[in-house]
Amino acid sequence: MTAIIDYGVGNLFSLRSSFSAIGEEAVVTSESRILREADRLILPGVGAFCDARRAFSESGTEETVLDLVRQGRPLLGICLGMQMLFDRDFEDGIHEGLGLIPGEVRPISETIEKGLKIPQIGWNALIFRNPSVLYKYINEGDYVYFVHSYHAAGCAEHTTAVTGYGGYLTASVERGNVFGTQFHPEKSGTVGLNILKAFTEVR
Amino acid sequence: MITKRIIPCLDVRDGRVVKGINFEGIRDVSSPVDLADYYSRCGADELVFYYITASSDGRKLFTDILRETASRVFIPLTVGGGINTVDDFDRVLKCGADKVSVNSGAIRNPSLVKEAALRYGSQCVVISADVKRVDGVFRVFAKGGRENTGLEAVKWISDCVKNGAGEVVLNSIDTDGVKKGFDLEMLDAVCEAVNVPVIASGGAGCIEDFVKLFKALPKVDAGLAASIFHFGEVRISDLKKVLADNGIPARIV
Repeated sequence: MTAIIDYGVGNLFSLRSSFSAIGEEAVVTSESRILREADRLILPGVGAFCDARRAFSESGTEETVLDLVRQGRPLLGICLGMQMLFDRDFEDGIHEGLGLIPGEVRPISETIEKGLKIPQIGWNALIFRNPSVLYKYINEGDYVYFVHSYHAAGCAEHTTAVTGYGGYLTASVERGNVFGTQFHPEKSGTVGLNILKAFTEVR
Repeated sequence: MITKRIIPCLDVRDGRVVKGINFEGIRDVSSPVDLADYYSRCGADELVFYYITASSDGRKLFTDILRETASRVFIPLTVGGGINTVDDFDRVLKCGADKVSVNSGAIRNPSLVKEAALRYGSQCVVISADVKRVDGVFRVFAKGGRENTGLEAVKWISDCVKNGAGEVVLNSIDTDGVKKGFDLEMLDAVCEAVNVPVIASGGAGCIEDFVKLFKALPKVDAGLAASIFHFGEVRISDLKKVLADNGIPARIV
């Protein structure tokens, strides 16, 4: 069973549905007991970093999640959920992340060519970097759906894919049992479902 | 490279979509869920569901359809029609919508865009404007294009973006239904004024119209159409292929 961590932000309907579509039981929960029973965890997130970060801290799930991750439970952070995995975030001030992957979250404006629209909204291609088990059912060049104004930087060692948007933006990261996608697999059609399926097979 | 998006728009009345032709591999063309699924398999990059007020049962049927679509179709879903309050945002987002498009609601209540953007983020708020030339000036029309608000369109759209709208759907009443191509002049004026994605709507009659749109105006991010897709005049898979052949970045599925 996959637990989607419900800490009060975002719409988790599509995410839960996407697991049903691949035949995987998924539960949206903020209960530590259920999180502990789960085979793997999803950390979702939308909106502003500091609000989401605070909501996660105050939800009472953070300690349980960090504890499970230390024990080796697979965790996938999606979009803002991925951004929370890093040490620091520079959206409206400086905020502490969860420190699960070394690196920091910076505005994409620092990386991309001037004149490009921010946020990046739309389908962009994955360019592979370090190998990832999440990509075993898809190919380099496959398209996934992005909506973001910030991205992870200084994390090349753990970057598994980037995408080109007038410069290279971090698309996904992986460090041991901790995974993150800047894009939304639950909104990326068959490619996205295949990435989620690969995640459910992580042992 | 980010791709140009192709977006079919489905008008939903009493739980049924404006009827199209029978496509191969789709049981019921007036079922919004089946049609959405079909378009997704053909390579649609996103879907817009537009709610048309018809009866008191319509709204419940509409949210049921949204929920069913979002549980079967895994591409971004935008919902518009009858969005007047932040509660309306909440209602459709809970049913699986990713973005909400406001039109007359933002004209009646200028703070709606700001309130919704604060609560749900700009990525969630789409401003949809029906615009028509009146004595050489672009004017915003309300009530499905029937009422001239007197608002100057480029300024009004820019203000909505400043208030937090994360995308713009620009529907030209002048070219809508004419099927002779998108309104490049109007789109250019809006693209020059805002730095968020602009979705062109109104006027597409054939594949070539999309090629012309993206070649003439590289700043346009997406093309939206309804009947040409529903009536099979343009197949999305063919359209994507022609875009790619013309050097326009397109997602081929």
